[in-house]
Amino acid sequence: MKPPAFGYAAPHSVEEALAVLADLGYDGKVLAGGQSLIPLLSMRLTAPHTLVDINRITGLADISVAADGSVVVGALVRHAELLADESAFQALPLLRRATSNVAHPAIRNRGTTCGSVAHADPSGEMTAILAITGGSVQIAAAGAPIKDVPVADFFLGPLESCLGSAELAVSVTFGAPAPRSGSAFLELSRRRGDYAMCGVAVTVRIDENGTVTDVRASYLSVGPVPEVHDLTAAVEGQAATSADWRAAGELATTLVEPESDLHASADYRRRLVAVLTERALPRAAADAVAGSEAAA
Amino acid sequence: MTEEQFTVSLSVNGTTRPVTVPARRLLSDAIRHDLELTGTHVGCEHGVCGACTVLLDGVAVRSCLMFAVQAEGQQITTVEGLAGPDGRPHPVQQAFRECHGLQCGFCTPGFLTTIAAALEDYQPNEEISADEAREIVGGNLCRCTGYQNIVKAVGRAQEIRAERAGVVPDPAAAQDGL
Repeated sequence: MKPPAFGYAAPHSVEEALAVLADLGYDGKVLAGGQSLIPLLSMRLTAPHTLVDINRITGLADISVAADGSVVVGALVRHAELLADESAFQALPLLRRATSNVAHPAIRNRGTTCGSVAHADPSGEMTAILAITGGSVQIAAAGAPIKDVPVADFFLGPLESCLGSAELAVSVTFGAPAPRSGSAFLELSRRRGDYAMCGVAVTVRIDENGTVTDVRASYLSVGPVPEVHDLTAAVEGQAATSADWRAAGELATTLVEPESDLHASADYRRRLVAVLTERALPRAAADAVAGSEAAA
Repeated sequence: MTEEQFTVSLSVNGTTRPVTVPARRLLSDAIRHDLELTGTHVGCEHGVCGACTVLLDGVAVRSCLMFAVQAEGQQITTVEGLAGPDGRPHPVQQAFRECHGLQCGFCTPGFLTTIAAALEDYQPNEEISADEAREIVGGNLCRCTGYQNIVKAVGRAQEIRAERAGVVPDPAAAQDGL
């Protein structure tokens, strides 16, 4: 199908975009990579009055690593650019581990990381990564200083964020990994690159003796918004090389509340939570051990 | 209500032509209907099948997931632009013919553009493994071939590139440091 008719604005600066958005109010919708929005338009699931295309704005396509090790990704950074960025990978390896699972190369060439977050799809990889890294979204509006909104306040529900109609997410910041921590990302889909039936991002933190001190997981396609679950209780004090990861996976099944849809039943998703958690955690633990040995 | 029209200069396969379109005109439709370049095929029209893949400044993108008004100032390459100026088929086109990489041909333009872009990530003397080939074509659907010959064609296209560049892929060479 074809998209419905809409007005089109293509501002050349953030200030111009904010003025246009403020003027349009609820009639405006930001177009960045369009890899989620354009299918929604073509399927007539949304019909904004005017699209505000931000692709002509310069200065929004930067990736930078802040002094504290967090990674700031501008609104026009494409997934493929984040995937290839060596400094971002060194600072936060989980970014590349997750981004390589975002759709297919042709989609990653056009779709933006910031747009994925703003789209607030609970089956999106980057929403889960933003959650587990304790990241934030930087939001601009006309005549106001840029707000830094923590991830916990950003996602309100499926495809719903706190972004106001006159606001523009100018960047997202993924939080720095804790010292002596490791990460892993796994997802399962019917076909590589499709929406995951379930996916998990995990972090494991160890102390100087190689003992597990903190275990966290965030899931895709499991709840209405990306949540971070603390699985530490199942394995706390155990050696990172031999912890009872299965118990952590079972604990996770008691914390999530998946729903059934066309692709998988709630029960099946719950089993995937257990299995993917059990598989991902030893990888993250090995990553933590390798990282702390390299640092020693 | 009459829709606002935008005049956009589209540079496709080295030729720049103006088109006058509403903002909602998909790039795929502008290429097929306004420019009458029907080599680019439209399958699902929501980004899943990959048939409409074109190159935007050399990078593979779905032309059904872009608007024509967004393409001003960028170089678009469609399947019609893959062959050399003398009409010599692109290595991936020759490989598809040799490997029987197509049957009905509907999905083929998308595969050819996707693979042509991916080959540029490799040096001519590098080999592309079957796993890498599957990753390259993972976003394109084909309902005829069962993909086996398409995967073979990716490797063969890389061999043809090497042959044309006058180098023969030799995995031992890298190990020997030669």
